[in-house]
Amino acid sequence: MKATVHVMLKNGVLDPQGEAVRHALGASGFDGVKGVRQGKVIELDLADGTTEAQVAEMCEKLLANTVIESYRIDMS
Amino acid sequence: MKAAVIVFPGSNCDRDLAVAFRAAGADVEMVWHKDTDLPADVDIVGVPGGFSFGDYLRCGAIAANAPVIGALKRHAERGGYVLGVCNGFQVLTETGLLPGALLRNAGLKYICKTVGLRVETSQSAYTEGYNAGDVIDIPIAHHDGNYFADADTLDALEGEDRIAFRYTDNPNGSQRDIAGILSPNRRVLGLMPHPERAADAGHGGTDGQALFRALAGQLTSA
Repeated sequence: MKATVHVMLKNGVLDPQGEAVRHALGASGFDGVKGVRQGKVIELDLADGTTEAQVAEMCEKLLANTVIESYRIDMS
Repeated sequence: MKAAVIVFPGSNCDRDLAVAFRAAGADVEMVWHKDTDLPADVDIVGVPGGFSFGDYLRCGAIAANAPVIGALKRHAERGGYVLGVCNGFQVLTETGLLPGALLRNAGLKYICKTVGLRVETSQSAYTEGYNAGDVIDIPIAHHDGNYFADADTLDALEGEDRIAFRYTDNPNGSQRDIAGILSPNRRVLGLMPHPERAADAGHGGTDGQALFRALAGQLTSA
């Protein structure tokens, strides 16, 4: 089974990389891009029976730094 | 003073830190990240700069889960001293020994230059060789040194006099110009600038020497 973890900087935490991408989009002629936030996607290949709670524990312990990041788990 | 310096794969300031501790009179042992114990009777543990584990996932995140970190936490809980420089500061925030986090520099660039730091408190074993308000020149070399914490944490750091150093000209977007902070017991210091790179006349500056000398003075008489 697989799980996908999306990690994003929390709202209110400045994302300078996202800002740089937004500027670059504007410079490339794409008008109307009001904001860009950049995060990461982590795909986990898991033993059958792994629970979402266990994945959440992985997020809390290592995959995300909850001081600055939020995470979302998709189990499939 | 007995010091230990932790070495992770990708550490690159470990020997510089050991040289600075030795120059101040310390016995220094290097400790590999897979060790589960620190040398007996160690007074201070240095967590060096570098790019531990290639900065994979987040700077310091993998190192913060290395086997030696359990021993480091026990050392800190016993009231032991811990000095984290640059990547070492990132590791200390990831372990939770210090609050906050270090984000990508606001200007997105890796910055390598000497900056002015204002000593904000002389009330610690690290800073008592300076006077509060002194401005010292110390090199920085980082891509992720933009200190972030929520407003309550920042207020607490200020209220408890736990901000050790501030940038005189903020190079990286750090909140409230913070360059280095202390733990509640004032024995754990994390800072992005490199005092060990300004600790010998050959470095081009010696403003970092007072930090190591003050530490040696404190920990030898203790």
